[in-house]
Amino acid sequence: MKILVVAEHRQGKWNNASFETLAAAQQIAGATNGSVSTAVLGKGIVTFADELAAKAVAEVLSVEHDLLADYTPDGYCIALKQLIESAKPDLVLFPHTYQVRDFAPKLAASLGKGMIGDCVGYRSENGKLVFVRQMFQGKTVADVSFLGAGPWFASFQAGAFRADLVQAHASGKAPINSASVQLDAAQIRTKPLELFKEAKSAVDLTQAPLIVAIGRGIKAPENIPQAEAVAKAMGAEIAASRPICDEGWLPMERQIGSSGQTVAPKLYLALGISGAIQHVVGMKGARTIVAINKDQNAPIFEIADYGVVGDIFEIMPALTEELQKAK
Amino acid sequence: MKIIVCIKQVPAKDAPLAIAGSWIKESDIGFEMNEPDSFALEEALRLKEKHGGEVIALSMGPERVKQTIKEALAKGADRGIHIADDKFFELDPLAAGKSLAAAVKNENADLILTGLQSDDQGFGQTGVLMAAELDRPHATIIMAIEATGGKLKLKRELEAGWFQWVECPLPAVLSIQSGINKVRYATLKGIMAAKKKEIATVTRESLGVISEPTQRVEKIYVPSKTKKTEFLTGTPKEMAAKLVEKLKFEARVI
Ligand SMILES: Cc1cc2nc3c(=O)[nH]c(=O)nc-3n(C[C@H](O)[C@H](O)[C@H](O)COP(=O)(O)OP(=O)(O)OC[C@H]3O[C@@H](n4cnc5c(N)ncnc54)[C@H](O)[C@@H]3O)c2cc1C
Ligand SMILES: Nc1ncnc2c1ncn2[C@@H]1O[C@H](COP(=O)(O)O)[C@@H](O)[C@H]1O
Repeated sequence: MKILVVAEHRQGKWNNASFETLAAAQQIAGATNGSVSTAVLGKGIVTFADELAAKAVAEVLSVEHDLLADYTPDGYCIALKQLIESAKPDLVLFPHTYQVRDFAPKLAASLGKGMIGDCVGYRSENGKLVFVRQMFQGKTVADVSFLGAGPWFASFQAGAFRADLVQAHASGKAPINSASVQLDAAQIRTKPLELFKEAKSAVDLTQAPLIVAIGRGIKAPENIPQAEAVAKAMGAEIAASRPICDEGWLPMERQIGSSGQTVAPKLYLALGISGAIQHVVGMKGARTIVAINKDQNAPIFEIADYGVVGDIFEIMPALTEELQKAK
Repeated sequence: MKIIVCIKQVPAKDAPLAIAGSWIKESDIGFEMNEPDSFALEEALRLKEKHGGEVIALSMGPERVKQTIKEALAKGADRGIHIADDKFFELDPLAAGKSLAAAVKNENADLILTGLQSDDQGFGQTGVLMAAELDRPHATIIMAIEATGGKLKLKRELEAGWFQWVECPLPAVLSIQSGINKVRYATLKGIMAAKKKEIATVTRESLGVISEPTQRVEKIYVPSKTKKTEFLTGTPKEMAAKLVEKLKFEARVI
C-alpha cells in the first residue's frame, strides 16, 4: 500500500499533528507491507521539506507555488488533486486539523472518492484495513472500512498517535522531489485576510498544578460558585468545557480542549463533563484525572483514574467540606 | 438574502444508547435538534433580520425529523424541506452531502449554512461536500459573518487561539462554529405561526442521486477503557471523604 501523508504548517511553524499522522502512516505501512511518502505545500518551504526528508519516508513531494503562500481551500484542492493524480497513492492521510476539515472532504469528492475523517486508530485484519472513529460524541466507536478503488482518504485526530514515534530515515535523507502544479489566480474564490489572536489571556492554565473543570452538568451560571468553592478549598484554578465558555458563563481563556488550552496538571477534576474527544485532547495528559458524572457510561470515565457516579450538586458541597477538613 | 440551513435531528443528549448492528435502537429514545445546527439557524435568522429574505430549514431523515423542522419554523424559519429517508444512517458522507445538495439545487439560495458537526455520526464533512457538489466557494468554523456588497467577510476560527478574516463571494456554503451567537427560544406566537408554514417532503430516492458508497460502517461498539478507573461508592459525603483521602495519600496530588 502506497501512503501519502499531507503535512501542515502555518506562519513558519509545523502543525505537530502532522508528525502524529506520519507516525500512523509508518505503522500502517509496516502492517501492510507498504511505503510512505509525504507532501508539503506552500511558498518558500525548503526547510519544511528538509525536515520531512530526515524521516523514514520514500520521498518528499514539495509543492511550491505563489498561490499556495496562504492556505485557501480552492488552491489546496486543485494542487493536491494534481499531485495525487500523478503520485497515485492508495491512501492519503491527514492530521484532522481545522484546515484539513476545511478542504479534504472536497478534495476527495473531486476525485469521486470518500474520506473517513477524525479517526482515532486503525486495525489491519487479514490484510483488510479498518479505521476506528468515534460516533455519538464518543459514547460509541465505529469500525469503518473503505469500499471501492483508491485513493482512499482518512484523517487522524490529534493525540491519536505519538509524534515521537516517527522513525528517522535510515541513511539520513530521503529524496525531495518538487512537484509542479497548474494553478490560476482566477480559480481561487476566497481571499484570506489577516490572521490574528484575540486579546492575550490573563490566566495561564497550562501552569496550574490543580484544575477543577466544569461542564454542562453545572446547568446554570448561578451554580458556578459551588464549583468555585471546591476549587478554592483545593487551591485549584477553575476551567471549563467549550459550551460553558460559548454561553459566556466563564471567559474563553478558561476553555480546555482542541479549540481551547491544552493542560497537563497534577490533578484534573471534571465536574459534569461528558468527555468528548475535543475536550479530552486538552486534558488527557493530566497525571490524575477524577470524573464526577451522573451517567456511568459517560466517555470521561474511560480516562479517569478515580470516578464518582453521582450528582455533582450533592457531591460539590460535601467535597468542599471534606477538603476544608483535610487542610 | 435566501438562506438554507441544514438541520439534523439527533438523539437527545442524555438518551441511553442501545447499539443495534451498525446503528442504534431508535425506538425508546428522544431526539432533538443537533445543537451546533441551532447556532447556524440563529445566524440565518439574524442575517434575514438584517438583510431581508427567506430562511429555509432543510433536514434529511425519517418522519420524526419533521418535529425539528417545526421547531426551526417556530423560531422564525419561513418554510421547511424534508428529505424523507428512513435509512439515512446507511449513507456515507459523500452520499449524504450529495443528497442534501440535490434537494436545494433549484432553490438557488445565496447562502447555505450547516452546523459544525453532527452529534450522532459526526462526519464533520457535510457542508464542505455540499459546496463541492454545488461548485460553490465555502468556509468552515465561522465565528462572524459580515455581508456587504454581495460579498461576505468571515471570521474563521483556527487552532490555538488564532483567527482569520476571509473574504468570500456569494453564493456560498458556510459551516458555523458553535458559540457564534446566543440562540433564541421559540415564542408562543412563533409556535402558533409555525402551524401555517409549509414543509415540503421529497423522498431521497426521488432526488436521483447516484453515489457509489465509498465506505461502510462494519460495526459500532462501546469503546474499551484505556485506564482502570477506581469507582468510589457510598453516600455523597462518603464518596467525597474517600476522594479526598485518595487524592491526598494515594495520588498525592493535593
Ligand atoms: C471542531 C470542534 C472543536 C471543539 N473544541 C472543543 C474544546 O476545545 N473544548 C471542549 O470542551 N469542547 C470542544 N468541542 C465540543 C465537544 O465536542 C463537546 O460538545 C463538549 O466538550 C461537551 O461539553 P460538556 O461535556 O460540558 O457537555 P455535555 O456533552 O452535554 O456533557 C454534560 C455531562 O454532564 C453530565 N451531567 C449532567 N448533569 C449532571 C449532574 N447533576 N451531576 C453530574 N453529572 C451531570 C451528563 O451526564 C453529561 O455527561 C469541540 C467540538 C468540535 C466539533
Ligand atoms: N441528515 C441531515 N439533515 C440535515 N442536515 C444535515 C444532515 N446531516 C448533516 N447535516 C448538516 O451538516 C452538518 C455537519 O454534519 P456532519 O458532517 O455529519 O458532521 C450538520 O451540523 C448539519 O448542519
